[in-house]
Amino acid sequence: MEIKVLGPGCPKCHEAEKLVREAVAEAGVPAQVTKVSDFKEMAMLGVFATPAVVVDGVVKCSGKVPSKKEILAWLGK
Amino acid sequence: MKELKPLGSLDADKPCSCQPKTVREAREMLRAQREKNRQAQAEARAQRVAEVLAPPSSLPGKLGLTFAALVIWWNLYQMLPGIARFATQNLLGLDLTSHLGASVEFFLYDTPKVLLLLALVVFGVGVLRSFFTPERTRRLLAGKSEAFGNVLAALLGIVTPFCSCSAVPLFIGFLGAGVPLGVTFSFLISAPMVNEIAVVLLYSLLGWKVAAIYMGTGLAVAMVCGFVIGRLKLERHVEDWVLAVRAGGGETDQPELTWAERLDAGAVAARDILGKVWPWVVAGIAVGAGIHGYVPEGFLASIMGREAWWSVPAAVVIGIPMYSNAAGIVPVVHALLEKGAALGTVLAFMMAVIALSLPEMVILRKVLKPKLLAVFVGVVGLGILLVGFLFNAIM
Repeated sequence: MEIKVLGPGCPKCHEAEKLVREAVAEAGVPAQVTKVSDFKEMAMLGVFATPAVVVDGVVKCSGKVPSKKEILAWLGK
Repeated sequence: MKELKPLGSLDADKPCSCQPKTVREAREMLRAQREKNRQAQAEARAQRVAEVLAPPSSLPGKLGLTFAALVIWWNLYQMLPGIARFATQNLLGLDLTSHLGASVEFFLYDTPKVLLLLALVVFGVGVLRSFFTPERTRRLLAGKSEAFGNVLAALLGIVTPFCSCSAVPLFIGFLGAGVPLGVTFSFLISAPMVNEIAVVLLYSLLGWKVAAIYMGTGLAVAMVCGFVIGRLKLERHVEDWVLAVRAGGGETDQPELTWAERLDAGAVAARDILGKVWPWVVAGIAVGAGIHGYVPEGFLASIMGREAWWSVPAAVVIGIPMYSNAAGIVPVVHALLEKGAALGTVLAFMMAVIALSLPEMVILRKVLKPKLLAVFVGVVGLGILLVGFLFNAIM
């Protein structure tokens, strides 16, 4: 599973990244979490509101920090 | 674990000939164990507290909670003037007519008042915003004719959730979906400038007239400046890679929210924003309170009054590179007005500080070529200048 957290580096984006990493650790699923702060890549992924979370190429949420419950649901937990 | 106890008294940091490694390791282990126990206890305690304090998850429960909060809010709000007076006069023993007394009473009354109003409005706007996602706004704006698009974009700028660090991705996404450049700028100008925090603060410190004037002229600046930028046909001054990226997508599989979730969104917004802006509000009001108590009436009339026409451009030029959010600037604005500064000058200063800033320009430079960036700053600066002159002339 490949998870991308998108955001240029504001506090909200850091919070989203932290929550995603925590959720992945909690769920114990093999997932690779990367942070994307390049605007070009964000545009390619079709995201224009940050923070956003992309799981296996699918935009799961954009423009808000997701809750841990939501993230766990995306991870199939 | 018992036999390890005597080793605990040894100083692990000092080099020691007798099995330094084991001693250090033993101490580390003990410490780790203790730390783990403490964490487990803290977690269990936090969980118990969370269980007791957890808001009800059903909609009726949440509505009840919201209603109860509103009742408490109302009563608290009504009691504020009395509390501030009592605290200043009786608890601190200050004379209300003295400089210090006046400043302290002003501070003790204004700070909780502003924070209370802010909490209420941010909650309301948070619920409202759950209906307007950036995706929906983009769909509404795509393919609209220019003039109507500018008006709509400026209005949507008020209710669409927007974080200034989102400005660049949003800019790309809007252009990619076929939103005209000028319309995109209308949104980008209005979204940070005309927001609920600025309006609440202006209302609570300066009255509804100033709040309405600020909101109205802010929207006008966003609409007109966006329209002008659109007319100038500067599309080729957007960085080339932005135009190359035909950003499609933006479709997320986020489910439609329920009302219970919308109320939650409001509560989260209120908590987040209050948590972030309260130091600004307190600091701003403290400065305002100082000016309120110590600076004589009419002190600023000669340099920031209506007769000093040059004060408007000076206010804009000083305000543009400065960066502050509405929460920090409004209390200062309040104090300036009180001491004789003209409304137009102060409004121009406030708009310049909030709408344009150096950090924002640095980030926008990634997608705008220098000429377009200069036009953006120039046109918006000019718009703000006109607002300043207009209000100094008619008020």
